[in-house]
Amino acid sequence: MSKVVVTVMPREGVLDPQGQAVRGALVRLGFEGVGDVRVGKRIEIQLDADEPVAVAQEMVDRLLANPLVEDAHVEVDAA
Amino acid sequence: MRVGVVRFPGSLDHESARRAAEGAGAHVEYAWHADTRLPEGVDAVVLPGGFSYGDHLRPGAIASRSPIMNAIRRHADRGGPVLGICNGFQVLCEAGLLPGTLRPNAGLSFVCRQVELEVVDAETPWTAGAAAGARLSIPIKNHDGAWFGDPEEGRVVLRYEDDPLGSTDRVAGIANRAGNVMGLMPHPEEACDPLLGSTDGRRLFEGLAR
Repeated sequence: MSKVVVTVMPREGVLDPQGQAVRGALVRLGFEGVGDVRVGKRIEIQLDADEPVAVAQEMVDRLLANPLVEDAHVEVDAA
Repeated sequence: MRVGVVRFPGSLDHESARRAAEGAGAHVEYAWHADTRLPEGVDAVVLPGGFSYGDHLRPGAIASRSPIMNAIRRHADRGGPVLGICNGFQVLCEAGLLPGTLRPNAGLSFVCRQVELEVVDAETPWTAGAAAGARLSIPIKNHDGAWFGDPEEGRVVLRYEDDPLGSTDRVAGIANRAGNVMGLMPHPEEACDPLLGSTDGRRLFEGLAR
């Protein structure tokens, strides 16, 4: 059994209102030097497969990310 | 005219969609997301608004992979009319039956208000009851209603006069190239009774019944 971690982020150039809202709140809290903020999601999948990365990549292609507006990164967590 | 209204877990506006279609003279049957075929003899399909599967992952993403969608895809490929309203629009985009996708509203707010729309394309089965350039007053109610995509990949059917959501090119509704599959964020089914302030939504359902 492996733990596959899929990170999905809004694609560069796509408006991320959630990131903007978080950025606004950080600035209001007094944090200085805050640049662009983007909010994505992390999906952890316990997976029993010979080639977990390949299977996870297929999951990304068929469901987990919308390539029009999102980029996804797959890695296997060895821990 | 027989219209199939598709219900997913989390659909909310199927009753309004049924009433609107019946008001235009259609006979309505419900289909369930787990069904593998549409009700017998259905001429047109409506995917209503709501929050199918709780909008988890992305709005419409999980519903677009449900068993009934294979039947809807076959119906659409045969040229059968399909209308997606709000969440139904999100489902059709996620299914690849319509171009683009729906993003969180630019202001990150849930927007619930009447909007003024321009009919850009009156040649689809759904807009045949209106004239190009006609103005429709129809409400929106959504959080993820900003259409993002390339308008050239389909046919822009409706535009906001003043877009409160941040959509590409003020697109409120778009159809596939053939015109038989259409989605829109505004709710025509909630604009069919004078009590609700506008009956302009009837035109979309009457267009179908013609």
